Amino acid sequence: MQVDFSQNHYQIFALPVSFEIDLDALAQRYRELQRAVHPDKFASGTDQERRIAVQRTAQVNEAYDTLKQPLHRARYLLQLNGININDETDTTVDMEFLMEQMEMREKLAEIKTKDDPEGALFDLSQVIQKHSNVIVDALRTQFASISPENLELARESVRKLQFMTKLQQEAAQLDEELAELM
Amino acid sequence: MALLQISEPGQSTAPHEHRLAVGIDLGTTNSLVATVRSGTAETLADEQGHHTLPSIVHYLPDGGCKVGHEARSAATEDPQNTIVSVKRMMGRGLDDIRATGHKLPYEFVQTDSAVPRIKTAAGEFSAVEISADILKVLKQRAEASLGGELKGVVITVPAYFDDAQRQSTKDAATLAGLNVMRLLNEPTAAAVAYGLDHGAEGIHVIYDLGGGTFDVSILRLHKGVFEVLATAGDSALGGDDLDKAVVDWIMQQAGIADDVGHHQMRRLMRDANTAKEALTESDSTEITLELDDGTHWQGNLTREQFNELVDPLIKKTLAPCRRTIRDAGITLDEISEVVMVGGSTRVPRVREKVGEFFNTQPLVDIDPDKVVAIGAGIQADILAGNKPDDELLLLDVLPLSLGLETMGGLMEKVINRNTPIPVSRAQDFTTFKDGQTAMAIHVIQGERELIDDNRSLARFELRGIPAMVAGAARIRVTYQVDADGLLSVSAREETSGVESSIQVKPSYGLTDEEITDMLKASMSHAQEDVDARGLREKQVEADRVLEAINSAVAEDGAALLSDAERSVIDAAISKLKQTREGTDSRAIKQAIDELDKATADYAERRMDASINKAMAGHKIEEFEN
Repeated sequence: MQVDFSQNHYQIFALPVSFEIDLDALAQRYRELQRAVHPDKFASGTDQERRIAVQRTAQVNEAYDTLKQPLHRARYLLQLNGININDETDTTVDMEFLMEQMEMREKLAEIKTKDDPEGALFDLSQVIQKHSNVIVDALRTQFASISPENLELARESVRKLQFMTKLQQEAAQLDEELAELM
Repeated sequence: MALLQISEPGQSTAPHEHRLAVGIDLGTTNSLVATVRSGTAETLADEQGHHTLPSIVHYLPDGGCKVGHEARSAATEDPQNTIVSVKRMMGRGLDDIRATGHKLPYEFVQTDSAVPRIKTAAGEFSAVEISADILKVLKQRAEASLGGELKGVVITVPAYFDDAQRQSTKDAATLAGLNVMRLLNEPTAAAVAYGLDHGAEGIHVIYDLGGGTFDVSILRLHKGVFEVLATAGDSALGGDDLDKAVVDWIMQQAGIADDVGHHQMRRLMRDANTAKEALTESDSTEITLELDDGTHWQGNLTREQFNELVDPLIKKTLAPCRRTIRDAGITLDEISEVVMVGGSTRVPRVREKVGEFFNTQPLVDIDPDKVVAIGAGIQADILAGNKPDDELLLLDVLPLSLGLETMGGLMEKVINRNTPIPVSRAQDFTTFKDGQTAMAIHVIQGERELIDDNRSLARFELRGIPAMVAGAARIRVTYQVDADGLLSVSAREETSGVESSIQVKPSYGLTDEEITDMLKASMSHAQEDVDARGLREKQVEADRVLEAINSAVAEDGAALLSDAERSVIDAAISKLKQTREGTDSRAIKQAIDELDKATADYAERRMDASINKAMAGHKIEEFEN
């Protein structure tokens, strides 16, 4: 069997196409692949070898990042099933979820005015993490048996997980700002 | 069908001679060179037995210069012509240099290019040329000590150096006549020296506070693989700043005015440094100062007072520590060891505060001054091909996010910080106005939202976009970062195929022409020398390409090439062999390019074959699923 870099990230790592993934095996194989393709292995090689090595290593890194993160992995699985998510236009219309989002955003915006901003931020981060975990659990079920209905549900989960990830990033950014103010 | 054997790529089957290679730690205060001899990595000493070379260059009226110990005394006697801590100026514009708060005695000349130059008795020099003068001394020392020409070097840079600072370092090496195999991040180099020596495994933090830069890296060590999980730092914070804090205190105590002269300032810096070092051992130290008017001032600095002075600076290093932990996605209790690197970690208060922060006793049993050079020496030995079976592999990350300017002066990130390198990433953009036929691409590095708060790396234009309504064009911008952390950018309009690309030459870097001019100026018979050197380089390159393709074809040509492909390659080989014997370097270059083209598909197939081999043990699992 030939590895085809343009087709499938899972294939590069010789792992089954699935949302459930053995992260230890992934990390292990990532290191093995790096041993085979990293440009340092071609330091005394020709320019051509080094050029290809840089490209291949970049592809391995890209594939690793995609499979490692649940959100990226879910998006990628949808893509493999012919569903591309457009970041700008593809948003959830689940009103209840959007209300929750707004509440969490308001809380984030108010953190700086709190007596113990770092403690409050930690608590909020935990809440965001819990919400994210629930969505990831849902994705597990949805990808476990692929059907048009389940894929549509997974797409909705990905939209929501994107919201949560964005929120978590903003929380991290705020944490950095708070640390600098100290 | 019989199973075919495939050897490791890049590994020649023929045994080869030991190639001379060294690692260089080009430091703010001191520089070192190290190599592996008889299996042991060691730093190389000069004729007087000094291992460290002070990173000080004294320019003389006769056009020459003195470097290192010889230049040190001139730092206070002739401050305007004696450049210290030049590393802080690498890849920086004049405004950045002035913004660091250090009062510099130099006379800067603003030139056409953005690179500031310093006026000295020997002429005007940029930070790149001054650094090259330091590197030349180390090169001579290494070649004298090893008895031959260096085949390649590994030069260390602070992990937090941005693209402009990295490119400037590489340019300095080119100017010094060195072949750079790799720019290696200082904490990663330290981890290599420490990790190999101690057989360490698990998650390690390298806290590296040097003379002028601060880095913190978190690495996972696993069977010879050093995987950087995250890095952060401050490329303008180090021992110099601790000294400066003491200087400010002395000036306040002694009633010295802010507009103190350059001689006095250098003396103050020297005395502050002495006081700082004394306080490593004792609880207090006497400072005696000769003032400009000939009178003396005497004072006493206790360690407690000193701690108060430097605490704000140490605190500035802890925010990056917090950030790396978050970016690495680890918790404090997962950390096996915290390793202290860099001369400034000798300060007891630094050890104490870092220990408190990580809630562990930091390791200080390695020589914090030499460890970076030793690590670089080990990596250089491997990259030169002297240890083909070595397990060592270094996986590093991008220290600062890369992006470009979008409408409203905002930064759009294309690659996030702490992404493993090499990395290649593309992002699509579109036109803003109807009929827009050109697009300015402004390449930015940093973490802030507004472009003005980040570093501007380069600007280039994509022209010839077919006129369309606003938003219809699809411009794909691709960023590629190599293993040195250096960026190249290309842009392509997808509907028409119009393309534009640049090797990012940072705004505060030198152009290729400037480097060629400098190289010429440094040779006596400029044009002939450059030509002869160019020809020799091309011949060496041709030999390398020929050797590589011959051994490749011998190994797996029969398996991976069709007869037709084989004959095209054979033709290109004999063409190159023939051209190589001549003296036309351009023709040799062309023949290399042709052979390159003829073997492109084959080279990719070989690479993929080696990937398949690496993954071969895992295939069974796939069939089970």
